[in-house]
Amino acid sequence: MDVTVRLNVNGVDKTITTDPQRKLLDVIREEFRLTGTKYGCGEGQCGACLVLVNGEPLRSCLSPITVADGKSIMTIEGLARGDSLHAVQEAFLEEEAMQCGYCTSGMILSAVALLRENPNPTDEEIAAGMNGHICRCNGYVKVMNAIRHAANTLRSESHG
Amino acid sequence: MDKGKHQTGRFSTSPRHTGTLPAFTLPRRTFLQVLGSGILITVTDPLALTQLAGATLPVAARIHLNEDGTITAMSGKVEEGQGPRAELSQAAAEELRVPVSQVRLIMADTDVVPDDGITAGSRTTPRNVPEMRQAAATARELLTQLAAAQWKIDVRTLEVSDGRIRNPANGQVMTYVDLAKSKDLAKRFAENTQSDVAVAPVAEWKVLGQSVRRPNSRDLVTGGHRFPSDIVRPDMLYGMVLRAPSYGTTLASIDLSAAEAMEDVVVVRDGQFVGFAAPSTHWAEQALEAAAKTASWRTEPQPVSNSTLHAHLKEHANTERARTDVKGSVERGFSEGNQVVSATYTLAYIQHAPMEPRAAVAEWSGEKLTVWAGCDNPFRARRTLAEEFSIDTEQVRVIIPDMGGGFGGKHTVEAGLEAARMAKRAGRPVWVRWTREEEFTWAYFRPAAVIECKGGLRTDGSLTAWEFTNINAGGSAIETPYEIPNTRIASVSSDSPLRQGSYRCLGATGNNFARESFMDELATAAGSNPLDFRMAHLKNERLRVVLKAATDRFDWSERRKHITPELGVGLACGTEKNSVVAACVSVEINRNRGKIRVLEVCEAFECGPILNPGNLTSQVQGCIIMGLGGALTEEIQFENGKILNPGFSRYRVPRFKDVPKIDVHLINNPDIPAAGAGETPIIAVAPAIGNAIFAATGAHIRSMPIRGDLLKKS
Ligand code: FES
Ligand code: FES
Repeated sequence: MDVTVRLNVNGVDKTITTDPQRKLLDVIREEFRLTGTKYGCGEGQCGACLVLVNGEPLRSCLSPITVADGKSIMTIEGLARGDSLHAVQEAFLEEEAMQCGYCTSGMILSAVALLRENPNPTDEEIAAGMNGHICRCNGYVKVMNAIRHAANTLRSESHG
Repeated sequence: MDKGKHQTGRFSTSPRHTGTLPAFTLPRRTFLQVLGSGILITVTDPLALTQLAGATLPVAARIHLNEDGTITAMSGKVEEGQGPRAELSQAAAEELRVPVSQVRLIMADTDVVPDDGITAGSRTTPRNVPEMRQAAATARELLTQLAAAQWKIDVRTLEVSDGRIRNPANGQVMTYVDLAKSKDLAKRFAENTQSDVAVAPVAEWKVLGQSVRRPNSRDLVTGGHRFPSDIVRPDMLYGMVLRAPSYGTTLASIDLSAAEAMEDVVVVRDGQFVGFAAPSTHWAEQALEAAAKTASWRTEPQPVSNSTLHAHLKEHANTERARTDVKGSVERGFSEGNQVVSATYTLAYIQHAPMEPRAAVAEWSGEKLTVWAGCDNPFRARRTLAEEFSIDTEQVRVIIPDMGGGFGGKHTVEAGLEAARMAKRAGRPVWVRWTREEEFTWAYFRPAAVIECKGGLRTDGSLTAWEFTNINAGGSAIETPYEIPNTRIASVSSDSPLRQGSYRCLGATGNNFARESFMDELATAAGSNPLDFRMAHLKNERLRVVLKAATDRFDWSERRKHITPELGVGLACGTEKNSVVAACVSVEINRNRGKIRVLEVCEAFECGPILNPGNLTSQVQGCIIMGLGGALTEEIQFENGKILNPGFSRYRVPRFKDVPKIDVHLINNPDIPAAGAGETPIIAVAPAIGNAIFAATGAHIRSMPIRGDLLKKS
């Protein structure tokens, strides 16, 4: 039996009637046509599918659509404010922290959540916080640089 | 020039070519749709000329001058994170003397771009960058000549920069925009002008040599870029394919009625192929599961497992058809020496495990097929698709959107074929993306190998003989860079129980692992040390330079003095694809837990003149960390034809916490042509780690992945 789920995606209210077992990832990609959220493993191992649900990181490949009922979802497409990128997005560009870029959406959203929790992380804390993300281009060094860079920007913004 | 009308011209750049150029067929409709109006500049590829002198030559259209003065450049190469989009844009911008932002690069669309072959083997930099530069330089020269003709002055007095041609005598300026609209230009292109245009020397580079960011990187941080798996077409269905439960299994029977009865599901059965297309992946999966339950399979025994793999490869080595290279006489060499050392190394199968699995969307319109796919080989894919459906290649258009990294694993177009089969039956576009498990099981693997080494040493510590045989993994970098008077080096095929194919740097990783590990064993046998022993046998100056650079920066000699059973340092070097690499590593060994942790990697790399330092650094860093996986953890386990670890939970790839301190030292060598860089930096990693463990523990490390558990204290 299909269920009806109401959710807010990147600031827009949506209603979807679908199989309750259907994964949030597939609904985001196939119904809302927001393809910035990626499939990488389907078993919660890689973080390519990560979105923010009420601000908390969630692996959408494992989550049935019903977990999103009544919640606000932010995908990578909803992070920038108009033309102005989020500090983490800027930092990824500045530091050239992507090669193919397939893992990038999940990494950026995860970093946003990480820096919100911990505005001044050590390298060990960044590595621990990001360890659930796989980059097969193995661009980890520059991703670390980007997160440090973004942390600096965000801190100076909040002080300035 | 009339809006929407194309002018084409032919224009040879080769001094050696004086015959008539083959007619360039007028651009087809797609060309016009994609490029808009402007002027297309076609140039005979000079490199093709040198290689195929006398043959009928392709005329490549690489540069299109748009009416607004911007440039569209075209390449058959594929962007998958290794950086050709930036590099080729830089190449065009450099020679046309425009800012790189004025160049739009169209890649890998078979209806529009020249056939540049497969994107593999680090060939883009040595081959396609020069071709792009030559095409762009020729175009610039032509534009300049045209300005000179209009002003009636000597072309050599003109200056070109920023897309403007300037007469320094009177300050008069003509822009590419002016020229793009000029009727003379069109006429001029129609003439078969000969040209021999020099490209900018390294010392004068303004755009090349800079860290230019990938032009579409903003779309990667906003989620705006559409990877092959993100392509959506109107009315598209999502497809899933029934897979056999294991290797060596064929479908005996299946009842498709339940799936066929499902609303909006299209079932395609064609021999062993059974596919399900539905309005969502979820629904397609339901259909697949309903049918899969009823399938019965015919099984042939698959006796080889990963535990018997290497014995199997050795037993089935096709020694009669070995590719052997002999210098001097190894028999004599061994008899001259006073010591013979031998060792056998093994490599497991590993999987590329790209983050974006194989994916494609196929769309038929009548007999014409368009396929968007994640594949390194667009023109080959086009031929494969045409053959499969018995249609003319001209009827097939393959487009490769910038895709998720492939690392040598995406040379084939399986998902495209599957999508096209289903789309044909459905009469609607069909999308296919392999699951992680499919990718781990049915994509081809990096070959496993057995590598046998034998070395003869004289009392003075010099190598007199060298025997090296690679079974099953191929001949890349199989030649030894060391000076040894007598060598016999062979690459032997075998019977691979799993489907195998290319991987980043092909067989070079295994060959270099065996050779460089063996060099440390020999150094010890000779009473020498890893650095002196190598240097004593090394004449290759470029390799000596990187080895010295890496060891200096790492403070090798000093740190070697402080080796303990828990902390080793090791080095390795190597050369492949005309680039050279050396690495020093430090490794922590926990013998109680059987754990190995790489603390530090210092790598020096040289691949000629550096085209884009930022991208090159990324490639080297990526190779180093990817190399850690193959060195320490990655191994396909299989039994009875079944892959036992087809997921990231059981197949361990490097993650953030595994990343050591990395020091990349790039050496710029402007005196030679640029070589590719996306592969060779991987080959020094595993042997350097193995050598560090050997130095610390005395244990011979002879397998990839290195088995930390075997080091465990009992
Ligand atoms: S796709 Fe969800 S964690 Fe990998
Ligand atoms: S950039 Fe390619 S997978 Fe991370």
